[in-house]
Amino acid sequence: MNESLTSNFVLQMNDINKSFYKVKVLDSVTMQVKRGEVHALVGENGAGKSTLMKILMGIYDRDSGEIILENEKVTFQNPREAINHGISMIHQELNSVLDLDVAENIFLGREQRAIQAGSLSVVDKKDQIKQTSNLFEKMGIAINPKSLMRNLSVAQRQLVEIVKAISLSAKIVIMDEPTSAITEKEVNTLFEQIAKLKAESVAIIYISHKMDEIFKIADRITVLRDGKHICTDEAKNLDHEKLIKMMVGREIKEFYPKQTIEPGPVVLEVKDFSRKKRFRNISFTLCSGEILVMAGLVGAGRSELVESIFGVTKPDSGEVLVFGKKVKIHHPQDAIRNKMALITEDRKYTGLNLKGSVEHNITIVGLKTLSRFGIINNLKEAQSSESQIKKLNIKVFSRKNIISSLSGGNQQKVVLSKWLLTGPDIIIMDEPTRGIDVGAKRDIYVLMGELVKAGKAILMISSEIPELMGLSDRILILSEGKMTGTLEQKDFTQENIMRLASQFGVTQNE
Amino acid sequence: MNENLKKFNINSLRELGIFLAFVFILVVLMALSPNAFAKPANLINILKQASINGILATGMMFVIISGGIDLSVGSIVALSGVVAASFAHPGEFPLYVPLILAVGVGAIVGLINGAGVAYGGLPPFIITLGTMTIVRGVALIAANGQPVFNVTKEFEATAGGFVFNNIPNLVIYYVVITLILAFVLTRTVFGRRVYAVGGNEIAAKVSGINVEKIKLAVYSLSGFLAGIAGFLLASRIISGNPTSGQAYELDAIAAVVIGGVSMSGGSGKWYGTVIGALMIAIISNGLDILNVSSHFQLIIKGLIIIVAVLVDIKGKGKQ
Repeated sequence: MNESLTSNFVLQMNDINKSFYKVKVLDSVTMQVKRGEVHALVGENGAGKSTLMKILMGIYDRDSGEIILENEKVTFQNPREAINHGISMIHQELNSVLDLDVAENIFLGREQRAIQAGSLSVVDKKDQIKQTSNLFEKMGIAINPKSLMRNLSVAQRQLVEIVKAISLSAKIVIMDEPTSAITEKEVNTLFEQIAKLKAESVAIIYISHKMDEIFKIADRITVLRDGKHICTDEAKNLDHEKLIKMMVGREIKEFYPKQTIEPGPVVLEVKDFSRKKRFRNISFTLCSGEILVMAGLVGAGRSELVESIFGVTKPDSGEVLVFGKKVKIHHPQDAIRNKMALITEDRKYTGLNLKGSVEHNITIVGLKTLSRFGIINNLKEAQSSESQIKKLNIKVFSRKNIISSLSGGNQQKVVLSKWLLTGPDIIIMDEPTRGIDVGAKRDIYVLMGELVKAGKAILMISSEIPELMGLSDRILILSEGKMTGTLEQKDFTQENIMRLASQFGVTQNE
Repeated sequence: MNENLKKFNINSLRELGIFLAFVFILVVLMALSPNAFAKPANLINILKQASINGILATGMMFVIISGGIDLSVGSIVALSGVVAASFAHPGEFPLYVPLILAVGVGAIVGLINGAGVAYGGLPPFIITLGTMTIVRGVALIAANGQPVFNVTKEFEATAGGFVFNNIPNLVIYYVVITLILAFVLTRTVFGRRVYAVGGNEIAAKVSGINVEKIKLAVYSLSGFLAGIAGFLLASRIISGNPTSGQAYELDAIAAVVIGGVSMSGGSGKWYGTVIGALMIAIISNGLDILNVSSHFQLIIKGLIIIVAVLVDIKGKGKQ
């Protein structure tokens, strides 16, 4: 390639090949990133985006191909080498140390030293905290640098990771789904930071499934599909439809396949649910054939509410009626007995046993029905898990594969299938499409349609406004742990939702 | 294609590694000492030496897969041995009385451990360290600090006897216990739940598993098996010795870890633990035959534990 042409690329990954156990996951993929550009990397789950980035960071070895960083051929053995060469990455699955405070996490591995004697040194905590607050102030982030990571919300943790990557003064920052758990306001803060980085000619590789965001900030876009490079083009030459078509290799005519079903009888009634500092006096009903979406900002108490309804945590007061009958739910097993299911928000933390196989994860809730006298019927278990894999289109070589080898979207489908196997009537889904690709999202939307058609009731928590407007029959809005309103379909507007969602958050004196 | 891939996944490679190491050690010892080590009588002897530790390791495996640890088993061996011997004097009780009491004592200590972990929220290391010390004290008090002698012939024959002329009873007990518990671990709802709790406790709870009950059960099981081991040891040494079983918990943990069970819980195979227990027995037997002093044997055993875990970690790290 011509030298003068290549020189404005800060990074070139040429003809990268990688196979896992003889399965090609990257097939001669090429990606070239210019100085100071936002380069979006898009593709469905399993398209090879994460693998490509992990090869760049030195987490995986490549089988062949070359990486050229500023005209110099490089091969990183581990992420530390990559970071030292000015490449930093914000991982999709957060990697913070929960028992350290915010400042310690930001300076992890490069602690500021107060006293140094040979290789012994004392960490200068004060200085770290000061630098962190300066960074936060500059970026307009309101997090106390002294709080423990454990006490932050997922969104706040993600912000900390972003600040950490930025503070490394990198030449290239890789952001893997950085906005999957943060609010609109925080997204804007992030975009401002990205603009500042661009101005300092830092290149950003931006992995996202959110089309709006991509077109808002990307200069160029690279599309991968099934481990192959499909296209790299200026963002202005592309649009939503073209992009999705390239990603999935087919047209998506109607992204939200809304099924309109006449709602049946009330199946779930929640009365006066309260839990100290989390939510207060929440009452609502859910009908069969209905999709009720719970909207609100991060920290509105939605996840905490559904966890209490399901018996994961204990509410201070309130009662639950299932099919008009009052039920006592002290433990998730009580909820399951009452034909309820809870697809939790954080599949890594509360949804899956990452050390288990696909099959064992799928059958864990419904195992009793696949066994007699406590002995598992292997044949039945195999049949059930195979049928779930097929029904939900889970991409996996064998049901015996370890679950952690699957992509996020496929893991999410496993979480769904383990609950659907129990044949629930009331399905609670907490951000079921967080951080997964359009193809898997669409699969889940279609599945939700089929479920309500079959008379199931769905209570969904969602923070994506197009998604919740496109799917729901009714929207219930929480703000700071209180219910601020219910919207019927005719009143669905972004303004209405945002106004109710921020009712307490913005004007705290009211 | 799918079937081939299944065969070549990381897990089976790791298991293969442990198996190869086992075979390697076996071959080396056979080559070094073809006349003594490789004799059938000696191989049976190895099985016998592995059996009491193997029984303890089986219980320990359940505890470790559930994400815990049980340090009290060595002390339980001593206490249940003392109890068994005390009720096995000639002309007093039928044989099942000492057996039930020994096993009952073990199960009760296990239940206490389990309750402390599950309902008291105590770290497994702490509660079982506490009961390890307490139970040892109880055993010493109960036996007045002296071994309890004078047991019936039947009691002695429980562990000391043979079937088919030359297979020790101990080996039979070990094989039966292992097979039953292998079935429990791999084929029952309970076994699956033990893995689920060790793999991700919160996810297990959300999935409707009564995590506390599972924990209570695994510690009780470990105590129960330690009770059996204590009874068998007392029978083998023809007395209930309150100072017996010292550091047995460490050998049991070593067997489990050498067998590839992850100390962080959630994974591991029963046959790995069997190989681990056999490996420990083979090494000390082989080194005895080769006249390596017991002091050096400690060093070799320690190194093998470290290497086994190192291989395990390296195997997981790189894909």
